Amino acid sequence: MINLAGRDILDGWGKFVFTGLGLGLLIGVTLSMAGIYRGMVEDAKVLIDNGGADLWVVQQDTLGPYAEPSSVRDDLYRSLLGIPGVAAAGNVTYLTMQIAHAGTERRVMLVGFELGQPGGPPRLIAGRPITRDHYEALADIKAGFALGERVQIRRHQYTIVGLTRRTVSSNGDPMVFVPLKDAQELQFLKDNEALRNERARTAANPVYNRPNVPGLLSQVQAGQASSHFVNAVLLRLAPWADAGAVAEEVRRWKYLQAYTRSDMEEILVAKLIATSAKQILMFLVILAVVSAAIVAFIIYTMTLNKIREIAVLKLIGARNRTIAAMIMQQALGLGLIGFIVGKTAATFWAPIFPKYVLLLPEDALRGLLIVLAICAVASTIAIRAALRVDPATAIGG
Amino acid sequence: MTQAPAILIEGLRKRYGEGEAAVDALKEVNMRIEPGEVVGLIGPSGSGKSTLLKCLGAVIEPSAGRMHLGGQTIYDQGWLIRDLRALRRDRIGFVFQAPYLIPFLDVTDNVALLPMLAGAPNAQARARARELLAALDVGHRAQARIAQLSGGEQQRVAIARALANQPPVILADEPTAPLDSERALTVVRLLNRMAEQYRTAIIVVTHDEKIIPTFKRIYHIRDGRTYEEAGEGRAF
Repeated sequence: MINLAGRDILDGWGKFVFTGLGLGLLIGVTLSMAGIYRGMVEDAKVLIDNGGADLWVVQQDTLGPYAEPSSVRDDLYRSLLGIPGVAAAGNVTYLTMQIAHAGTERRVMLVGFELGQPGGPPRLIAGRPITRDHYEALADIKAGFALGERVQIRRHQYTIVGLTRRTVSSNGDPMVFVPLKDAQELQFLKDNEALRNERARTAANPVYNRPNVPGLLSQVQAGQASSHFVNAVLLRLAPWADAGAVAEEVRRWKYLQAYTRSDMEEILVAKLIATSAKQILMFLVILAVVSAAIVAFIIYTMTLNKIREIAVLKLIGARNRTIAAMIMQQALGLGLIGFIVGKTAATFWAPIFPKYVLLLPEDALRGLLIVLAICAVASTIAIRAALRVDPATAIGG
Repeated sequence: MTQAPAILIEGLRKRYGEGEAAVDALKEVNMRIEPGEVVGLIGPSGSGKSTLLKCLGAVIEPSAGRMHLGGQTIYDQGWLIRDLRALRRDRIGFVFQAPYLIPFLDVTDNVALLPMLAGAPNAQARARARELLAALDVGHRAQARIAQLSGGEQQRVAIARALANQPPVILADEPTAPLDSERALTVVRLLNRMAEQYRTAIIVVTHDEKIIPTFKRIYHIRDGRTYEEAGEGRAF
């Protein structure tokens, strides 16, 4: 038996391909939306993976350090190292900020970490690690900084000594790594004018400026000019250690909160990007409905243009299923062309997006099945119209 | 032993609507057409020609009477054939005023489609199509697209399609209307040749004054009733 749908497509392939192209761009947008969601999840996962930590110790009753602010003392790591199973502990600070660069502003996440401890970048793609305690930085390549470039961050200039890749915040902002002390100063210290003002206010306070207590005022003022807080302590555990048991130990005896990798994934994926995920899901649903409406309209119009041929086919004995199969195959063909165009387009434009777009093969397969299902459903309107055609209309009168 | 008529219609009636709004499109139709015979069906607009054709073509149901096709009773106060679609496909050929060929199929496949719909293998259906196209002098256009054919060529392809399943009856609804005199006569000549060659009875509904004298027998239809008369049967 002749494949009527295939012959019709071949006969008007130009029209069909252009229609598929339009539909394909819409499918491309849909696939990209799914890719953006996957990218957000992936960003969250690399954020967890990059630190090289097994446990995140943060302020009690907070979801820190990524989802909520958290502040703990920077000498806490000493007591944490005493817990059985803890192999390494590293203080970290995280601060999202704007950095002026080449006449524009870049949004980055500034990470303070201790050299050789958990919290630093996993690997470099160019340059060298930080070797000095101050004013050297490593940057994700997406930040746009070049090796050796000097970048102004608040009061100081930092030299970019190494570049990393895929080190981003849960928002997709590229990370810039600096030594912990510099990061603490950047995050917690006030500017010079504020410090001067604070010193004057303290000096004017008789509680701190007592004539008979020499050294008190200078101690208080020194405390105001230094910071001993970090956002979290990242722990790396010994291979034999049970992360859940160590976390419970920290919660019970240190009056802090400790999150395992799975806890942190739950916080980042299920809580932090939940609203964005719902937003994207809404877009996906709307795009799916729009795609279905477009396919239904196109197939319906194409069918109406063939009403006379369909009447003749019915008159000369074509079965309903032959006609229905022709229309459905055309709808599926249109969907297939649209999907190929959409997948190609999404693959080409994904790198242009400012945020990471992750196009997974399984999502593409799922997308193909959904597109074909939508096309099949959308074609039913046209099929119903075709099956209602009276073969008598082929005969005049 | 006498051969059964290709078409035998007795007291066929068709009423549209009910009650006061009812319209009797066919009041008393009687016809007998032998295999290989070409007859004309002539009548003014609204006389019931199309209704009769639709009843014969099994696309609408008559209200009363009997119809026999190739010796088999297909209608007697109701359809006696369950699968009317198969009846139309296998035992009735259709030729329309406009050829109504399938534009996205080539000439051969337009003709081969009918045997294929009847379940014939593609190769066999195409061989049959090529044979008919050659018989109708359009064999050289077998691979052409429909849009590349002239009106006359398209009508020949339509005739080939009607003959594809070797039906005992072909219903031709004003097949020469869009053609000039010469082409119209050519089509009628082909219909006669095919009728003779394949022993197919052909009913030609027409208003065309050019071809009416070519019929040996003519049925006039007026106010839903048929009247038979001998035609001139003029040579082409």
